[in-house]
Amino acid sequence: MRRRLAALAAALCGGLAIVQLALADERGHAAAAAPPAVSSASLVASGRALFESSCSACHGIGAGGIHGRGPSLRGVGALAADFYLQTGRMPLSASRAEPLRTRPAFPQRQIRALVAYVASFGGPAVPDVQPGRGSLADGERLFALDCAGCHTIQGQGGIVTGAIAPSLNQASPRQVGEAVRVGPYVMPRFGEAEISAAQLDSLARYVQYLQHPENRGGWGIGRIGPIPEGMVAWLLGAAALLLVARVIGERREDDPEERETHHG
Amino acid sequence: MSRRSARDPVEFVEERLGGARGLRFLMSYVFPDHWSFLLGEVALYAFVVLIATGTFLALFFSPDLGTAVYHGSDPALQGQSISSAYASTLKLSYHVSGGLLMRQTHHWAALLFLAAITLHLLRIVFTGAFRKPRDINYFIGVTLLALAILEGFAGYSLPDDLLSGMGLAIAWAVAMSLPLIGGPFATALWGGRFPGTSVFESRLYIAHVFVLPAILATLIAVHLAIIMRQRHSQFPGPGRREDNVVGTPMWPAYALRSLGLFAAVAAVLVLMGGLIQINPVWLWGPYHPYLGTNGAQPDWYLGWLIGALRLMPNLEISVFGHTLVPNPFFGGVLFPTVVFALLYALPWLDRRFISRDPARHDLLQSPRENPRRTALAAAVFSAVAIVFAAGSADRMFFQFGFGYEGAIWFFRGAFLAIPVAVFVITRRICLELAVEREHPLRGWSGRIVARDASGGFAPVDAGSTISEASDHGGST
Repeated sequence: MRRRLAALAAALCGGLAIVQLALADERGHAAAAAPPAVSSASLVASGRALFESSCSACHGIGAGGIHGRGPSLRGVGALAADFYLQTGRMPLSASRAEPLRTRPAFPQRQIRALVAYVASFGGPAVPDVQPGRGSLADGERLFALDCAGCHTIQGQGGIVTGAIAPSLNQASPRQVGEAVRVGPYVMPRFGEAEISAAQLDSLARYVQYLQHPENRGGWGIGRIGPIPEGMVAWLLGAAALLLVARVIGERREDDPEERETHHG
Repeated sequence: MSRRSARDPVEFVEERLGGARGLRFLMSYVFPDHWSFLLGEVALYAFVVLIATGTFLALFFSPDLGTAVYHGSDPALQGQSISSAYASTLKLSYHVSGGLLMRQTHHWAALLFLAAITLHLLRIVFTGAFRKPRDINYFIGVTLLALAILEGFAGYSLPDDLLSGMGLAIAWAVAMSLPLIGGPFATALWGGRFPGTSVFESRLYIAHVFVLPAILATLIAVHLAIIMRQRHSQFPGPGRREDNVVGTPMWPAYALRSLGLFAAVAAVLVLMGGLIQINPVWLWGPYHPYLGTNGAQPDWYLGWLIGALRLMPNLEISVFGHTLVPNPFFGGVLFPTVVFALLYALPWLDRRFISRDPARHDLLQSPRENPRRTALAAAVFSAVAIVFAAGSADRMFFQFGFGYEGAIWFFRGAFLAIPVAVFVITRRICLELAVEREHPLRGWSGRIVARDASGGFAPVDAGSTISEASDHGGST
């Protein structure tokens, strides 16, 4: 329920932002006349305009943060901005809400502008994650060690105290890398010392694998273990056997085989 | 072979082995006629499937925690150091012909074995089938349930994957929580501190493939022998009295029906094993004591113990700075002990306090005929069911968006309140049904009245059932 509300609110915020942006474009900004390759400066400029209309209510004009509403974004870099915007976690419905994955509120062009603007204050860049370079087995080991405790070993997500550890079924390798380096919400931040760039490649490869794993054995009933298994056992298996018992368990009323026997 | 003995198989056996009387007794044994009498049989046949598939699995499983570098078919585990137990389970799933089918069928059969036992128990409790003289057999049945739970958990723990390791970690904590003896008991059982030494896997294995199945099979045999010795109980009905059994004889009618049931049980289990994935161990990965996954769960029949561990408030009893009763004791030991103690005590409780009827009974009661027992049993089972549901509260939170801490408090409240409500409502329903004399599932079964010569009406037969009703209806 909370997630749905948050998603709805985020979508509304996003929608408003888009309308505002469209109006801004119509006012004859550089966008219309810009060359195909938008220069960095103009990208930052349009990002600033977008930021002021869509983000500054919480993060402040100039991304300096507003006490009690939103943190400063100076120095978080393209890394955090790209992660939060690409996964739809920003904008938030309320400043205290848990940022949850949803559809991005902004189109790609605008996300690029916003990211460029936030990155203009400095800070870490988006990591270059190449799952192809990683090792699946290393990824499994690292994931079991560092990620499964919250996201479950099969990447299906779960709860932790006070928060939701999301399912990783939609996480792209780049987003996996960003989340590891950012540590969004209650997730710990893993620096290069904890998880190297090569290990990050392996992790991303494992998450990719989890989205289409070696899944023999038939219908995969959610891959979250014994809960759906128990439900299938009762609702399908036990129900079928009860039906069998009900059908063959009683003779017809005119059964000629009926006998009577006495005790002792 | 004489022509006579060829015609009569009983004669054939008698001439060679003797015992014709026993065989004739068996063949003419009468099974009463109600579908709910098949629930125990479903459990029996699930057990047969478990033995068959389990024997197959034991040929390939290696109960050994020695590790080796894995170079099998699973892409995500390549080059990892894993135990022989886990590696042989993987090999069984990837390379042995029919191995995965057998493993999945075995696991589904285990879940349904316990489900059938549970349904069977409910039938026995709600119809008063545990009363004298069947109280002894009822104790055996409750023991079978407890042993089947243990047997299931031992099997769940064998493959040394992440789930089984985490399950054992909880079992270790519960064993350690026994007051005073917990530490020595747990270390003796595990052969050292958690995760234990290699002897533990051997013990688990022998318990799972030999000791527990042997005890289960013996008790099942005794269970059945006692049923035959005492004869089946039956529901009341026309012509059915305390001193007789009305139904279908073993040969030829019931044996074939029962064979059909066996075929159906085996078919459902093998179909499930072939079509529905269960416990994909290769996706859970190997267990190491420093690993853990969110959302780890036991198989359903232990869900009520996980629920109890989660619901129990943070209470520990300390004496002089030493923890005498650690917290897992309450949910992991005390709660199941109380539930099983109630089950074992039921015949006595019923005789003494609930029905207050010490007589022998071979006729069953319909649940509505004994509102107090039915309501009490429903209340106790509902309490266990709530604790069971609490065991998966985290998934409910994730799937439906309840708050986890809120959910735990909700379940604590429900544990206290719902059984009371269930008691009141069940009792009310029983009383209503008893007055209306109507079967909730089978519709009307009222009285037949006939008009006599003087113009008055009188009931024809107080115990009329549908069949009689329709017979009368046709002829009058």
